[in-house]
Amino acid sequence: MLAKRIIPCLDVKEGRVVKGINFVDLKDAGDPVEQAIIYDSQLADELVFLDITASYEKRSIMIDVVASCAQNIFMPLTVGGGIRNIDDIRNLLKAGADKVSINSAAVRNPDFLNEAVKIFGSQCIVIAVDAKKVNNDFFVFIDGGRKAANIKVIDWLNEVQERGAGEILLTSMDKDGTKEGYDLELTKLVCKNSSIPVIASGGAGNVEHIKEVFEIGADAALAASIFHFGEVSIIETKKYLLQHNINVRI
Amino acid sequence: MIAVIDYDAGNVASVTKAIEKAGYQTYLTKDPKTIKNSSGVVLPGVGAFGDCIDKLKKYNLIDSILESIESKKPFLGICVGFQLLFEEGYEFGIHKGLGIFKGSCVKFTPNANQKVPHMGWNTVYYTKVCKLFDGIKNNSYFYFVHSYYTDSDDNCAAKTDYICTFTSASQKDNVYGVQFHPEKSQILGLKIYENFCRMCEETC
Repeated sequence: MLAKRIIPCLDVKEGRVVKGINFVDLKDAGDPVEQAIIYDSQLADELVFLDITASYEKRSIMIDVVASCAQNIFMPLTVGGGIRNIDDIRNLLKAGADKVSINSAAVRNPDFLNEAVKIFGSQCIVIAVDAKKVNNDFFVFIDGGRKAANIKVIDWLNEVQERGAGEILLTSMDKDGTKEGYDLELTKLVCKNSSIPVIASGGAGNVEHIKEVFEIGADAALAASIFHFGEVSIIETKKYLLQHNINVRI
Repeated sequence: MIAVIDYDAGNVASVTKAIEKAGYQTYLTKDPKTIKNSSGVVLPGVGAFGDCIDKLKKYNLIDSILESIESKKPFLGICVGFQLLFEEGYEFGIHKGLGIFKGSCVKFTPNANQKVPHMGWNTVYYTKVCKLFDGIKNNSYFYFVHSYYTDSDDNCAAKTDYICTFTSASQKDNVYGVQFHPEKSQILGLKIYENFCRMCEETC
């Protein structure tokens, strides 16, 4: 039986892991390579690595960090942040990423998504959706949450599936870093309307939140702070989930 | 020395890295001579069936692969590299495969609860004794990511349940193939490479 996945996320800025609240107010959380090795040994199911500064000049630092992480872990690695063109994807895959996560570039030019899928395959292309509730509906935001794309989440979801995306990384901007739990309304909406796997992200504050988001249909749960700051280990999380009849790998 | 066939198929460096971690020497290569002189061959695969076959043709690797298999040294196909060992694949058109195993590779049809691609960790259960799985418990988890699968039972060594029950590993004489990615399956995946490499050493 396919297991629900637990995915720790490393938000990386200038070569260091950081963690913010609602996408700002960053706090240092360690060395990415060391963290990646720890998560690999704790049976994390995958690792997501987000370059949150993602400026062109810093790109080479990021490639080096991705390469050192990939060199030391034996689980799937997804890298995102500031991916603008086919060469960016190719360079990250060469450095050892298995999948790339794209947000702004796909919103600005949806044909880029088709092109990427054609060259690298659906399984390699994750669409990151940063969502926020505005006037009672969920909307897509780009540029690290700074800019409204003026597209409803549900419309964007249909479009990216048609264009061949392999997976959705859904982040609630309202819940990100709050530790109040995932946005269940948003996640439910997206899972119900998606024929590709959905990773829920933003808001995990304890193991119960992870259980809740799996119960409403998420295929994978991403969390950062609760794992980084050692509040709970991945193995403890999985044991808790197994006790509550959620199928995870241990 | 284990030859990992280099034909621009996705993240192949992770395969060589896993073999090295398992304690064996390996080369990422498209050189027929290196492949011929190797003690075993790994055909990795990420990408579409047709594209992969076209690239093997473009780099003149088909003959090297078939000769390796005939020479009786261990051969391991991974993911699309496994699917290529069948007679036919239906990904973006109908494509002829290498025909070592009988049957073809078809697309999963998603249902309300099971999405495509089949992505994540799933259990593998044995249908026969296979040296590739030495020391690995039945029903262990491995990492899968694929939208196509073989609907053939030819020389099936293990099965997995997702949408349907499908062949997740096959073995015929010296030829082994797995649908999952051992190089992404942490300790148990490394154990698969260790088993394979040990067979290569014993054969040569």
